[in-house]
Amino acid sequence: MLVFFYLFAAAAVLGALGVLLLRNPVYCALSLVATMSALGGVFILLNQEFVAAIQILIYAGAIMVLFLFVIMLLNLRSDEQFIARWNPGKVVGIAMALVILAQLVGVFTSASATLGPAGEYPAERIAKEGAVEIVGGLLVTQYVLPFEVASILLMVAIIGAVVIAKRQIAKPSQEGR
Amino acid sequence: MSFTLSAADFLSVLPESILFAMGMVVLVFEMFGTGRDTRNLAYLSLLSLLVSGFALHRLAGRGITGFGGSITADPFAIVLGMIFLLVVALIVLVSIRYLHDRGVGHGEYYALLLFACGGMMLMVSSTDLLTIFIGLEILSISSYVLCGLIQGDLRSNESALKYFLLGAFATGFLLYGMVLLYGATGSIRLPEIAAAVNRSEVRGNPMIWYGLGLILVGFGFKIALVPFHMWTPDVYEGAPTPVTAFLSSAPKAAGFGALIRILTEGLGALTPEWSQVLWVVAALTMTVGNALALQQDNIKRMLAYSSIAHAGYILVALVAGGRDSLGGVLFYLLAYAFMNSGAFAVLILASSPVRERVTFEDYRGYGYVEPALALAMVVFMLSLTGIPLTAGFAGKFQIFKSAIDKGYVWLAVIGLLNSVVSVYYYLRMIVVMYMQRPTAEHPPERVVPSVPLYVAVAASALGVLYLGVFPAGWLELSVRSVTSLLAGG
Repeated sequence: MLVFFYLFAAAAVLGALGVLLLRNPVYCALSLVATMSALGGVFILLNQEFVAAIQILIYAGAIMVLFLFVIMLLNLRSDEQFIARWNPGKVVGIAMALVILAQLVGVFTSASATLGPAGEYPAERIAKEGAVEIVGGLLVTQYVLPFEVASILLMVAIIGAVVIAKRQIAKPSQEGR
Repeated sequence: MSFTLSAADFLSVLPESILFAMGMVVLVFEMFGTGRDTRNLAYLSLLSLLVSGFALHRLAGRGITGFGGSITADPFAIVLGMIFLLVVALIVLVSIRYLHDRGVGHGEYYALLLFACGGMMLMVSSTDLLTIFIGLEILSISSYVLCGLIQGDLRSNESALKYFLLGAFATGFLLYGMVLLYGATGSIRLPEIAAAVNRSEVRGNPMIWYGLGLILVGFGFKIALVPFHMWTPDVYEGAPTPVTAFLSSAPKAAGFGALIRILTEGLGALTPEWSQVLWVVAALTMTVGNALALQQDNIKRMLAYSSIAHAGYILVALVAGGRDSLGGVLFYLLAYAFMNSGAFAVLILASSPVRERVTFEDYRGYGYVEPALALAMVVFMLSLTGIPLTAGFAGKFQIFKSAIDKGYVWLAVIGLLNSVVSVYYYLRMIVVMYMQRPTAEHPPERVVPSVPLYVAVAASALGVLYLGVFPAGWLELSVRSVTSLLAGG
């Protein structure tokens, strides 16, 4: 089990580094797919098949396909236009990232970093009743308000996308007249 | 598992529901609207805000909670909700002519304002991290879109993109902080988090501290505290002016509201630690905000940096803690809403699509061309400075007095010194309007009259003067409404 964990974890980290370091945006997006899929593997090791499936379907599948569509539609000629060369800002940024990494390692390896009390749904109960049933039930009972309000959030995002995209379609036609 | 929704559940989110529903009605109406004229939608939005305010008012004093306690209509939420409704109403008033003149006739503008207002109300009335987060995101996404509303204007696009990228980054920090807090305490509900944090073995858990730090970073971005303020001037300058007026008051009030609730109701046991961090942030925010505001020639940028400085003053009260200070926060938020919206309303009234008047130079000799408007601007500037008989003075007095009472003398001294520095750039506006001769490139012109804008300016000026001359009533209400918060935590 541990071997698989390290395998998936290494794949996730390598994928994340690829997103940062590769020059071609399409390769970056594909690296992100690798990271998301590897995270799905980690969820399976944690006996969370449902979360793993959702992770693969939504992140590695739907969202990444959209990313790739957008990148390809933008039709970037030079791969490097988003990648800045070395500059002081980048050095400071990397230094800060390393500080945050060191802090997080410190936090999670500390002996007193314990998880809070387990909730009403330990792994055995999930295995018995089924993750989909439990998550689905909670979404329409205990968490019905956040669930419903999330639909408002999605609608706001869609309206925003339409408002912004609409005018980019309208603009060339106005210029053409 | 049996589960039923009672009337109280629906009542507790009634004001928000009205805004969300009316936002959709505005969208539907736009389809049948007459092209670019969206004025009717503006009046419909005002009506929705009024109805929502009425619903909110009816909830006062009933102590209704809903959805298993995750929504509470306590006085704190109701008072803040009223402030949001008022700000958004003022913004709708100042937007009508601006949008009409520039042909930015999207009915979505008003719908997004209503959604943002609902999101803010949800943020401050919710007592679990999940709902707070969703409310915050509704507000944030609406704000990103509002910033980029002007067609083909590169600065507006830059503003939206910058705000979106940095905002998304900040959201990541905030969410990570909430997750760590959940991991360490096993709950997303503030009362249960408070109960967990009260036990000393949980308090030794580094995950709590890292979570607290990340939450402070996330909110620091959203309410533009130094050192997380870099995005503010560019976003505020590029956004359409009514949107800038909105961004600089309402979302900050909402951010402060949610932050106060998390820090007092959830993490009250950690007060000695977070107040030390915020002490430094408050001192930095006031000083850096004022120092940068001094150098600006663009009034929108000046007001952007001044909003950072004012966030610093409000943070002083949060550091001091206790009823009087937190009551002072609510008082200051309302006072700032009036004076800030008022100042922006004057800028919008003086500008036209042909000629944006946003630099100091544009207002040379303005006091003799538009005496009434210039006088209103004087009132707003004096109030932002904190001159007696204005709302700004009453607010600062309450904040600094309660900070000194709590023993934070040095922080109060830094705040007072900063107020003195701010005199320079606020009075510069008055000097330019009354004591400098207009030049050929900047001829003063009479403004094109607009009733909604006059109403907004007059209402803001009256609000500033009323709160300045008779602060007692609102102050008492503010102090009373934070009491439940402290008792709960």
